[in-house]
Amino acid sequence: MQIILTEYLGTLARGLGTTAVLTAVAFVASVVLGLILATFRISPIPPLRVAGAVYVEIFRNVPLVSLLIVVVYGLPEINLNPGFVPGVIIAMTLVGTAFACETFRTGINAIGAGQVEAARSIGLTFGGIVRDLILPQATRTVIGPTVTLFIGILLSSSLATVVGVRDLTGTVSYINNREALGITTFLVAAVLYAAISLGAAALGARLETRLRVLR
Amino acid sequence: MSMQHALFDTAGPRARRRIAIVTVISLVGIVGLFALAYYQFYSSGQLAPSKWRELWQPATIRYLGRALANTGLAALGAAAIGLPLGLLLAVGRLSRSAWFRWPATAVIEAFRAVPVLLIIYIFMFALPQYGINPDVYWKLVIPIGLCAAATLAEVFRAGVLALPRGQGEAAAAVGMTGPQAFRLVIFPQALRVVIPALVAQAVIVVKDTAFGYVVSYSELMQSGRVLVANTGDLIQTYLVITVIYVILNIIISRLAQRLDRVLAAKRGGRKYTALIPGRSAIQ
Repeated sequence: MQIILTEYLGTLARGLGTTAVLTAVAFVASVVLGLILATFRISPIPPLRVAGAVYVEIFRNVPLVSLLIVVVYGLPEINLNPGFVPGVIIAMTLVGTAFACETFRTGINAIGAGQVEAARSIGLTFGGIVRDLILPQATRTVIGPTVTLFIGILLSSSLATVVGVRDLTGTVSYINNREALGITTFLVAAVLYAAISLGAAALGARLETRLRVLR
Repeated sequence: MSMQHALFDTAGPRARRRIAIVTVISLVGIVGLFALAYYQFYSSGQLAPSKWRELWQPATIRYLGRALANTGLAALGAAAIGLPLGLLLAVGRLSRSAWFRWPATAVIEAFRAVPVLLIIYIFMFALPQYGINPDVYWKLVIPIGLCAAATLAEVFRAGVLALPRGQGEAAAAVGMTGPQAFRLVIFPQALRVVIPALVAQAVIVVKDTAFGYVVSYSELMQSGRVLVANTGDLIQTYLVITVIYVILNIIISRLAQRLDRVLAAKRGGRKYTALIPGRSAIQ
């Protein structure tokens, strides 16, 4: 235990940093692209709706490992070489976008057509409905699922190890290869993952109570 | 009346023209993307028939068939661990006694907050140092089963909590003890509520079995690696395997949706789709 925290502290910090970068970039990209895709899916443009639905259906059902291998080892064969870290982020984002899109779409649909009709009947425009009715409510209902999305993306970043990127999981595996200290090395990573996950969940819960509307 | 119809007016002539224009632009964009992908494949020579021929050989198809069966075996093994353990954890977390509630909650939260791959690594690299060295099948299936148990526990719990409180109160009123009420009244109804969600969770389990690639258990991904080592047709092989996974998981998702409709109709239209909780199945 001691040697992990002294000799390997820097290595561990770098691994944690890599995990943080992979997670942060993929999460932000997934949220942005997921919002765009969700707009596609509720837009009145048929090709965009179909494309959005097909995209979600494919990327929600694909295992990240196989997508990762296609992106990192497959794309160079068709003269596109993203490199390892960007490749991992691309694969994570492709899948994350599909889940983010569904998260936001469910949040919007949860508001209920009755409210939108009511807003329309008192003369609110489309922009007004989105700004004053949908967004304020959808932001609240979507906080919990978005935290789940973040945790999912954090955990999925561990797959970077599969293609040799030394993230948190890869780092403890490397330390284990050199020192063979048993399960302790891996528990250090487990505790760090759990701390970030539970921290995010707690933050989400606080935001939810703060934004809650008492009826 | 769906959200869709509530949000938009019936399009007038100008709106219809605008929709038509954007439709054409987006169609061009989508076709352009496919054309670009086709060009990349074509110009790099990856569309050459020789690069795909090996994949359609009867021997290859038989080999992939066996791999698919092994994927199924791994998923079934993980389900056989995850379902009973998940139920046990759910009962523990719902228990009135803190002695059961706290440990069950801790286990559920821990396994939902840690990547499956890390637990697989513990089984591959840490446990052998203590002389615990099971077969690769179990090194894959036990970690997936443990993580699935944590998620399934939350599904079971959501099902129990979704039942009207009157059910438990009525059971108490006719003199049932807590465990009796759970076994005879609560659980049978909760199970019917969560069956679609349980089936939907199978998608996560199937995806997780792709970690066979890491432990070298010859399911689809690992078999793909063996094929690539023999043929060198990397992108072709993994694209085919990815498509197999997507089709398999779409079938499972559709089955879950259909079950949900059928069971909701039997309950008189009450749907519980919203209660599929937990880890989003990104990995």
